[in-house]
Amino acid sequence: MTDVRLAWIDYVLMAIYFAFVIGVGVALKRFMRSSTDYFLSGRAIPAWVAGLAFISANLGAQEVIGMGASGAKYGIATSHFYWVGAIPAMVFVGVFMMPFYYGSRARSVPEYLKLRFDEKTRALNAISFAVMTVFSSGVSLYAMGKLFRLLLGWDEDASMLVAAGIVLAYIFLGGLTSAIYNEVLQFFLIVFGFLPLALLGLKDVGGWDGLQARLMTHSVAQGYAPTAYTQCWAFMGDATRNPVGVEWFGLAMGLGFVLSFGYWCTDFLVVQRAMAADSMTAARRTPLIAAIPKMLFPFLVILPGMIALTVEPRRETTPAAAVAHVGIIPAKTTDSGEVLRDTNARPVIDYDLATPAMLAHYLPAGLLGLGLTALLASFMSGMAGNVTAFNTVWTYDIYQSYFKRDASDAHYLWMGRAATVGGIALSVATAYVAAAFNNIMDVLQLVFAFVNAPLFATFLLGMFWKRATGHGAFWGLVAGTLAAAFHHGISLPEGATVGVKGGFLGVFLSPYRSELAQTFWTAITAWTVCFIVTIVVSLATKPRPDEELVGLVYTLTPKPTEETAFWQRPGTLAVVVLIGTLLLNVIFF
Amino acid sequence: MSGGIGLDVRLPIGVMFVLMGLTLVLYGWMTNGIPGFYDKSLGININLWWGLAMTIFGGAMLAPVLFKGR
Repeated sequence: MTDVRLAWIDYVLMAIYFAFVIGVGVALKRFMRSSTDYFLSGRAIPAWVAGLAFISANLGAQEVIGMGASGAKYGIATSHFYWVGAIPAMVFVGVFMMPFYYGSRARSVPEYLKLRFDEKTRALNAISFAVMTVFSSGVSLYAMGKLFRLLLGWDEDASMLVAAGIVLAYIFLGGLTSAIYNEVLQFFLIVFGFLPLALLGLKDVGGWDGLQARLMTHSVAQGYAPTAYTQCWAFMGDATRNPVGVEWFGLAMGLGFVLSFGYWCTDFLVVQRAMAADSMTAARRTPLIAAIPKMLFPFLVILPGMIALTVEPRRETTPAAAVAHVGIIPAKTTDSGEVLRDTNARPVIDYDLATPAMLAHYLPAGLLGLGLTALLASFMSGMAGNVTAFNTVWTYDIYQSYFKRDASDAHYLWMGRAATVGGIALSVATAYVAAAFNNIMDVLQLVFAFVNAPLFATFLLGMFWKRATGHGAFWGLVAGTLAAAFHHGISLPEGATVGVKGGFLGVFLSPYRSELAQTFWTAITAWTVCFIVTIVVSLATKPRPDEELVGLVYTLTPKPTEETAFWQRPGTLAVVVLIGTLLLNVIFF
Repeated sequence: MSGGIGLDVRLPIGVMFVLMGLTLVLYGWMTNGIPGFYDKSLGININLWWGLAMTIFGGAMLAPVLFKGR
């Protein structure tokens, strides 16, 4: 892989991109007058800008690289992460939850928990969230450094520090507005940078029909039905008959309900973009506008991974790659260049290189520079999303609440900039720790499962059941997180060894077919335990009077008025998005 | 469209895409006809065409910003 050489033109395109993202920060600096400007963009962002930022903040490294990798591992079924695992939750947060987030004037998700429940619930959420954002941004930073070393032979530390430095510069200067503006810019750059892969790749393999035909051989060789890689639902009845290793109930409940709603409806990283919108209607439309590109992303990020399986390298790059590759995806190698092999002596394929290998395979000098710039942009948008969420939660929910309650606004603005520097420094430190982990996506899903899975039960009860109390919410969350860890501790996916993969409390559950199946069921367990414990503890503790909960709970809040035209209403948009998603599921059934 | 913020997001995006697009068009024109240069992209001068597409997109982003003041 290391023989990809860049021409001067490729560096020119990268330089243009760097100049513009930093330029946006510089241009916005003079508008950052108060902490509200810095953390919430003064609540002045139009819906389409907030919507594209919403999706772009999520379109980080784990998305572009991870989904390409999953496309190669699981085929078209990977689009369940979009059509099942994102769209329904995005519609729900826009239609039903945004009125409480935006309407309560909370400045962050943890602050909503403080308004609705109590201080300790907020503290629990704020601290775990802050840790998680730093972890995520560290993981993506590490992935970036490693990738650019493998691909271009760039020095790992240097590329990590440059990328982190640029993100630091534009957020430090222009705060959330800078991050949002650059996320929109990065969104279009990612689309233009990666679309040629899908287009050229499809042309090369003979369109969708050609790809289906080519994947049949691969599918049969893996012991599945011929169309297992090109049909997303047909083999979901039985975990042993599809490459994902999950059955439909675990998929729909674990991914589609618990994990997906836990992420899209409660994660401040995305919700923050909608909170910055310029009106209630704009805030509600933000996730719905974001859902439109989201439902089409499988073509952009999953398809290249699938194509990578079916084309052959034009010339062998290294002797090792000559014997160990699937399609154009090379095997993992040790530092000395030897091919890694599993217990059956078969080479271990490095699926994370599927999309990068496509870049090197199809793009000539010029467009290669654009594709690599798009890759850098995706790393930066993901990192910036984490850093802006971190600096807000740190400043408002941790610093202002527990360290310095009544300082001037200028002081909190200063603190926000300091937290930006601190957050990025911690991310860089985490990047070195993250080196121990393997498939980025699976690890992130695991972390989300422990921390986020119980969360949605808390928000659901908080927003739609006025009887839920602070004690109930707090102990529900604690119990849910413990239940997640416990379930993970007593179960183990097929072929895995006891340890971080599970089973550390002893293997009691019959082995799951795949890590994903185990993760989904961990999430289901956590959610259910949190849901039940919250209800039980709430009923045993004193409820808050109704008048304190106006604007925070569904039954006590006036319905938002629809002042816009019929076709602009969130409800109309929601129906359009759901019908589109349903159609895609039917087409690729 | 820009709300309370004095910078329209379409301005930097439009300018960047026009700049990148024209750079690619120019490079595509310079490399046109070099034997083997476009083997990777199946013989298509992808720099030229994709550069053109990016320039048009950038122009479409810029148009409303440039004509807004009139």
